[in-house]
Amino acid sequence: MNTITTEIMKNNKLPFKSGALQQLLAFASLILLIIFFSIASPNFLQFSNIVGILLSTAVIGILALGATFVITTGGIDLSVGTVMTLSSVMTALFVTTLGGPTILGVLVGILTGAFCGLLCGLAIAKMKIPPFIATLAMMMIAKGMALVISGASPIYFTNTPGFSNIALGTIIPGIPNGVIIFFGAAIIGALILSKTIVGRYTFALGSNEEATRLSGVNVDSWKIKIYTIAGVFTGLAGVIMASRLNSAQPALGMGYELEAIAAVVIGGTSLSGGKGTIIGTVIGALIMSVLTNGLRILSVPQEWQTVVVGFVIILAVYADNLRRKKA
Amino acid sequence: MGKALLKMEAISKGFPGVQALSDVNFELQAGEVHSLLGENGAGKSTLMKILTGIYQKDDGEITYLGEKVDITDTKMAQDLGISMIHQELNLMPDLTVAQNIFIGREPRSKLKFLLNENELNKRTQKLFNQLNLNLDPKALIGDLTVAKQQMVEIAKALSFNAKILIMDEPTAALTDSEIDTLFEIIERLRSKGVGIVYISHRMEELKRITDRITIMRDGSYIDTVITKHISIDKIIQMMVGRAIYDNSKPMIETGTDKVILEVKNLNNRVLKNINFELKKGEILGFAGLMGAGRTEVARAIFGADPITSGEILINRKEVQIKAPNDAVRNGIGYISEDRKRFGLMVDMDVKTNIAIASIKDFLNPIGWANDSKIAKVSKEMVQKLGVKTPSINQQLKFLSGGNQQKVVIAKWLTRDCDILIFDEPTRGIDVGAKGEIYKLLNELAEQGKAIIMISSELPEVLRMSHRVMVMCEGRITGELSSENASQESIMNFATQRVSIS
Repeated sequence: MNTITTEIMKNNKLPFKSGALQQLLAFASLILLIIFFSIASPNFLQFSNIVGILLSTAVIGILALGATFVITTGGIDLSVGTVMTLSSVMTALFVTTLGGPTILGVLVGILTGAFCGLLCGLAIAKMKIPPFIATLAMMMIAKGMALVISGASPIYFTNTPGFSNIALGTIIPGIPNGVIIFFGAAIIGALILSKTIVGRYTFALGSNEEATRLSGVNVDSWKIKIYTIAGVFTGLAGVIMASRLNSAQPALGMGYELEAIAAVVIGGTSLSGGKGTIIGTVIGALIMSVLTNGLRILSVPQEWQTVVVGFVIILAVYADNLRRKKA
Repeated sequence: MGKALLKMEAISKGFPGVQALSDVNFELQAGEVHSLLGENGAGKSTLMKILTGIYQKDDGEITYLGEKVDITDTKMAQDLGISMIHQELNLMPDLTVAQNIFIGREPRSKLKFLLNENELNKRTQKLFNQLNLNLDPKALIGDLTVAKQQMVEIAKALSFNAKILIMDEPTAALTDSEIDTLFEIIERLRSKGVGIVYISHRMEELKRITDRITIMRDGSYIDTVITKHISIDKIIQMMVGRAIYDNSKPMIETGTDKVILEVKNLNNRVLKNINFELKKGEILGFAGLMGAGRTEVARAIFGADPITSGEILINRKEVQIKAPNDAVRNGIGYISEDRKRFGLMVDMDVKTNIAIASIKDFLNPIGWANDSKIAKVSKEMVQKLGVKTPSINQQLKFLSGGNQQKVVIAKWLTRDCDILIFDEPTRGIDVGAKGEIYKLLNELAEQGKAIIMISSELPEVLRMSHRVMVMCEGRITGELSSENASQESIMNFATQRVSIS
């Protein structure tokens, strides 16, 4: 695994040289935060707390992986929060009410996410609806559908005791599966973005859509594919979410999309498209959960935690702007 | 010379209201560098757009490699081996050189969805070796100079096995040594039998690199000449020499001696040591070729582009202009060449567009916009400037180009600007409306406004200006009084590059 990761890092350096500094900056901030909280509280650096941070990063982190693709094309996806919820509801429905096997239930969740992504992609590419609007509509559709399907009440996995093991079980002793799935998804995401044709067109679209079109690339069809891939990550996040809570909570999910976008942006992906890395997004997501966790350990009230995260977003993007101006 | 690669015969093309091309001929041989020359609006671009499948011809014949062809779209032109390098380069700045060249045709690994980055870079390197280009396939496009980006575009075009390469003003953004490199590449392509259409206004370049020149004027074919048998003067004469220009100019002598604007040693990214004065009641023409830096002068004075050094004096007092609102406060109005992008809100109505720059004058004490006052002033302006609109509540997008232009002028007049900068005031405006804009400019000058008029149309410059400043490559290369100004004298200054001056 180690060699794979270094391989990815090496390859990442190639197409996104100018993003490297922002990544370094984000990584340094993460280290500084960790050092700061370790000194401030002896509880911070304990193994159980670190694992807790990683596990709490998993859901937002996986959502942010998908969002990285969309944002790199110069688009935006506001629907990931509620689509995630819809995916958990669909999985719960399949596994509990219909009594389907868990493994197929996972697939149902992922396919739900992919399908919603496909619909967004179609609306954006074929109907020429701006991404902001198309995914805003999908956000509402998914929210409503989750409530309709679940009858507006949570679905518990009480009769499928194994379900919570998807995220909370430990194949590797001491490390919850959710964390391993997150890092696995990140590696796959990084490979797609840097090694595959889809990844190449993700950058091309965000960099100069018209030039890409004039080069004979079927821009519409690739856009649809990219939104669908982002949907796969969203669906996966939904499954992890359901497993962690051992239930599907239809009222949850709103607001997650903004946290995912924040993680992506802190990680150095440009909202105007063309620049983005998975490793940056992973670091961005980690910064957000380290902050929340550390502030909680220091007994900072939750309201204030949110305020701090807000300022961090401003700082991160401002630092990026300063760097860009100099270049 | 080689065999005929391309023959375009009696090509005609009309657009609603304009005959862009009538019976134009053009011929290109293998291994030839052939220049297409003419003033802006002469029809060069239209002709090349027909050749590359962007437009369809109304009439005429195209023979390519001995066969009659009908080029229906850009893809077909590309498949035939006809490539064009546009002035605005079509590249993706966040991708590498190799990734740009092979976009849409990436080599894949055995697993079809995986890219083969090594093969991609290898093929690009091979392409560069063939062309003797010294470029790193892995470099990011955004990090390259314009010159290198252009080379990438050339390499990309040739990777499609282009037999015809059209270059539109390829040297506009290049330095002298970069131009030398470009010319070496062109020589190499020539020796490989590629036919090159070279569009440029720079006379010495044409002398240096081209075999033949085809001259166009007003959408018509004038002549095709062998470059080494003709002088630059003669070329310019053929290019501009129309008799329709009326020498008894209807210019009104309104210029006074009161200097209102003074620009001293202005420098920035593009401009080098710009010095001039503008007098009250004067129309000062700015002439030059595309990319000479005229618009940049306007933008610098207006605070839209930063200046690195220099002084701007208004009424003999130095002023600091850091942003457009500083300029507006000092009574400078800028009427952009791109009305739709920079001058107007086309989805809003006439009265709002007129009032927007001086909205503070229309506010009640509590800060509400006084609609009746806006309506009154707008009506006056519409009447005064003769804007043809059914009402002041009409959305701008429903007005003609000429009337939109009048609304922009009305906006700055409402703001009571003393200095008005017009950038290509009649671009995209039909002939009748042009006359009205000219009349309006004269009236404004008579009323004591000081006017800078940037124009690429020489007859317009000659007809309207009390004095003419001529620019080339960011410098002012000449100043002509209205008596001494002629198309030839302006062209001489406009092509006066550093190397020969």
